[in-house]
Parts: sequence; structure tokens; C-alpha cells
Amino acid sequence: MKVSKGRIIFQCFNYTFLFLVMVICLYPVLYVLAASVSNYEFLAKGKVGIIPMGFTLSAYKRILSYPMLGRAYFNTFFYTIAGTIISMLLSALAAYPLSRQPFPGQKFMSKVVVVAMLFSAGIVPTFLVVTKLHMYNTIWSILLPSAMSSFNVILLKNFFQQIPYELEESAALDGCSQMRILFKIILPLAMPGVVTVGLFYAVAQWNSYFPAMLYLRDRSLIPIQIILRDIVIQSQTTDLAIDLVKGSDQISESVKYATIIVATLPIMLVYPFIQKYFVKGIMVGSVKG
Amino acid sequence: MRNMKKAGKKMKLTNKAEKKKKLKIRRYMPYYIMFIPVLAYYVIFRYIPLIYAFIISIIKYQPGKGIFNSKFVGFDYYLQFIKSKFFLRLIRNTLAINFLQLTIGFVAPIILALLLNEIGRKRYKKLVQTVTYLPNFISSVVVVSMIVTFLSPSTGLINNIREHLGMERINFLTEPRYFWIIYTLMTIWQTAGYTAIIYLAALTGINSELYEAAKIDGAGRWKQLWYVTLPGISSTIVLMFLMKVGRVLDVGYDTIILMYNPSIYSTADVIGTYVYRRGILNSEYSFGSAVGFFQSIIGLLLVILANKLSKKYTETSLW
Repeated sequence: MKVSKGRIIFQCFNYTFLFLVMVICLYPVLYVLAASVSNYEFLAKGKVGIIPMGFTLSAYKRILSYPMLGRAYFNTFFYTIAGTIISMLLSALAAYPLSRQPFPGQKFMSKVVVVAMLFSAGIVPTFLVVTKLHMYNTIWSILLPSAMSSFNVILLKNFFQQIPYELEESAALDGCSQMRILFKIILPLAMPGVVTVGLFYAVAQWNSYFPAMLYLRDRSLIPIQIILRDIVIQSQTTDLAIDLVKGSDQISESVKYATIIVATLPIMLVYPFIQKYFVKGIMVGSVKG
Repeated sequence: MRNMKKAGKKMKLTNKAEKKKKLKIRRYMPYYIMFIPVLAYYVIFRYIPLIYAFIISIIKYQPGKGIFNSKFVGFDYYLQFIKSKFFLRLIRNTLAINFLQLTIGFVAPIILALLLNEIGRKRYKKLVQTVTYLPNFISSVVVVSMIVTFLSPSTGLINNIREHLGMERINFLTEPRYFWIIYTLMTIWQTAGYTAIIYLAALTGINSELYEAAKIDGAGRWKQLWYVTLPGISSTIVLMFLMKVGRVLDVGYDTIILMYNPSIYSTADVIGTYVYRRGILNSEYSFGSAVGFFQSIIGLLLVILANKLSKKYTETSLW
């Protein structure tokens, strides 16, 4: 088949354009990385691009010397792991019955999940309920109120539905209880789906800052995102921020960049490996949405 | 005698039915038990707040007093909001930002997916996909941090470029007129790659015979795009649109809270941020609940309307 001239021009344009799109997506990340290890003088003059100038690790050294930051980092890890476990457990318990053959009450269950997606109460009443439950300023305020996402439940349901119904039936005939079927048969078989949805929850929890801002007053409970907000966006006011950034000087600018990197690093490191699960998740989710 | 026999038969029948019912319930019991924690979650964190929102919004709620001792005020808080001098501004900002999201923000990932679909080299396609998807994993705090540093009037990259070109430095984040576009571009940067994957999934689902048939009929690339590709992903497009409409009033207020400051409230303040400031920061719980509830109702109505229209004209709908 002959390739027309227009087609060639188009393809050239297309490849170049998409290359530029990639540059736009990557540049900010690479810039922050370079800036975090660059000497302040170059940074102030705006000379740093994506290649570090006057390589130094002093910003990271300073970060390391602040125990508060380590604490926040630990908190974020804890919230992410504990939150994901709770979320997955609840979501599996919701998705499993929804994925089975129709039975009385299933419609009601699905309404419970879906209506919440369409209609949200808003932050004020949720805040009041959380406070009433004495969760304010405790780890539960981070772990529980946002534990379930209806979208993720539906996604998990779609994954469960791909497992042949006969499997479950024969297990039931062998006298397997439903709980066992869920944990011993469905979950292992739907592993790619479980991993995908788990990652959705984990990334969301790692990146979330709003509940922490809303509910946590105790500095020993806050996650890394809050510290990041304090020192980079608000250039602020909290003791830690003053120590860390305003303290003496010059490297404060690099400290900001270094904190961004530290807060994003774990995700960037696992991204290449988990990326394919996300793509899969999106596809399954969108097929039967 | 006969009657008694009949009655007995009836009883037997109901007994049987009951037994069947019992058996059924017993069979499905595990499902119901499993659902208890889920139901508890949804009731406590989603549905009670919903009822709570409404109740609090029609009384003058003071936390010390409790609901029953607070004064009933009806729809006073709703009226107070509608009559306030910020009402129009908040509605305008919320709608304007959404309009940009539903136009530029909506088309961008579709174009990205269409262009990606034209790439023959699988590896390059995969690379672009992976890289454009990356920003979706970066937290909004980090994204806003980057925006703040890039747009910084003294050291920011954009202003350095402007200076090079002989233009003056601008403090973008304190100038009201730039906010809408900054926010829109930021969300496109964050989400276009992710959304494009959804469209790509739909694109790969199009039957290749359709293209062959179109070619035989003499359709060029543009015609194929128009008559095969776009119709092929139209239901996905409609669904995505409906889902976006569902969040219309719920614009990413948590991101805007990070970005805005009093000097750009005139364009950056949306309903969500206003609820946060009045309801949470000022502890005006009743007023905040009223505004939040108002927003939810309008949002729900919009989805229902959009869904109806879509059902009528495109035969695609959310439910």
C-alpha cells in the first residue's frame, strides 16, 4: 500500500507533538529533582534546568536532621498501609455479594453503594459526625471516613464478576462457607483486580492531605503532605516550617524541593511496576463502568 | 369438615413457602452478614451526614446545645446564602471553572488518545502513555507546590522566560484574571494522560473491519475518523461527560484551597472553598451545611438532567 505525503507529514507532526507532551509532563518533575540537589546560588539566579548545578546534598542532610519530618513520613506510611487494608477489606465485603447471581436484597445493596456516589453530604456535616464519634484528632479520622470509594467497589465487583460462577458453586457444594469462598477462591483468583484496587486506595491515601488538615491538630499525627503544604505553599508559620526553611538562609529553597522529592519518591519508585495494574484497572472499570 | 381440610392444605402450603423463604434467606445469609460492616460504613459516614446536613441547615445549631434545643429557623440560611453579595460570584466562578473543565479539559484527553491511537510503534505508544499518566500519581499538594515555584515572581521559571523575552515579571497567583486558566491547565496536566487511557481502551475495541469497509467505500482518514472512530467511542465520551457533570459543583476545592489567597478570591473562590471557610474555619455549622446541601442538590439535579438528555438523544446513560 502506498503511503501518502499527507500521512507522512501527519505522522512526523504526531510523533513530535507527543514528544513535546512527554516533555511537558516530565519537565516539572525533573526540574524539582535537579533543584533539590543544586547549589542555592544557581537556583536563585534561575540557572537550573533539568541538570543540577553545583551538586550538593545539603538540603537532604538538613531534612534528615529534623525528627518531625521523619515522624510525618512514618505517619504517611502507616496511614497508607493501614488505610489500604481497611479499605480493601470493606470493599471486598461489598463487592463480593454485588458480583454474585441476583438474590433478594442485592438491589438494595447496590443502591447503598451507588447513591453515595451521586450525592455527597459535604464537609461540614461529615466533620461534625467525625467529631461526635470522638475521632477528631485521632488516627481514625484519617483511616475511616474516607475508607470506601464507591467507584473502587464497583471496579472490584467487575473484577470479581470475571470469575466463573461455577467455581463458586462447586466449592459451595463441597461445603465451603461463603467467607471461605471469598477469601480462599475469589480473592486469590481476582488478584490482579485486588492489587489494582488496592493500589488505587494506597496512592489516594498517600497523596491525601485534606482529611489531615480537617481533623488533625496534634503535630505528631500529621502526614508528610501537610508538612509539604506548610513549608512550600504557605511558606509558613509552624515551628517546624520556621526551623526547616526560614532557619538560616540560603539552602531553604532547595529544602523545599528536597521535601517534594522525599514526599513523592516512594510513588515514583514503584510507579514503573504498578503502572500496568492501573491501566488494567481503568480498562476493566470503563468497560462496564 | 371439608373447610377444615382446605384450611389445613392452605397452612401446609404457607408452611412450605415459608420454609422455602427461610431456606433462601439462610442460603444468602453470609451475603447479608458480609454486608453489615459495609452498610455500617455507608450509613455512618455517608448517609447520616446527609440527613444531618439537612437538619442542621434548618436550625440555628450550636454544638453545646444539641439539635433538639436549637432554634428552628427554616430556610433562613439558604436565603441568607442566596441573598449574600458573594452568591453570584461563587456561582459564576464555580460554573466558569467547570465550563473550562467540560470544554478544553474534556477535549484534551480525547485528542491525546486519538493521536496516540495513530502511533504505529507500540513501544513509543507505551512510553507516551506511561509518561503522560505519571502526573496523575503526584499529589495535589506537590502539583500546587510546583505551580507556586514555577510561577514565582522572583525565581519562577515562567517569569525568567518572560524576562528573557523582555516582558515584565508577573505575580500570576495574585492576579485574579489568570486563575481560571492556570487551574484548567493544571488539571489537564494532571489528568489528561489518565483519561486518555480510558478512551484508548474504547478505541481498541472498535472493530477493524469497519475501517476496512470504510476504506473500500473510499473514505479518507478524516472521513474514517468522523464516521468510524468517533461513533465508536461516542458512548464512552458521553459516559465520561456525564460523570464529569456529576461533579460539576464539586470542583476540586481541596486543590483550590491550596492555591488561592484573598487577593484572587474574586475569581478563585468557589462554593466548596466558601463552605470550608465559613463552615469549618469560622465554625458556622448551620450556614456551611446549608450551602453544602444546596450545592449537592443542584449537582444531583444536573446529573439527572444530563442523564435524561443523554438517554433521549444518545441512548447512553449512567443508569
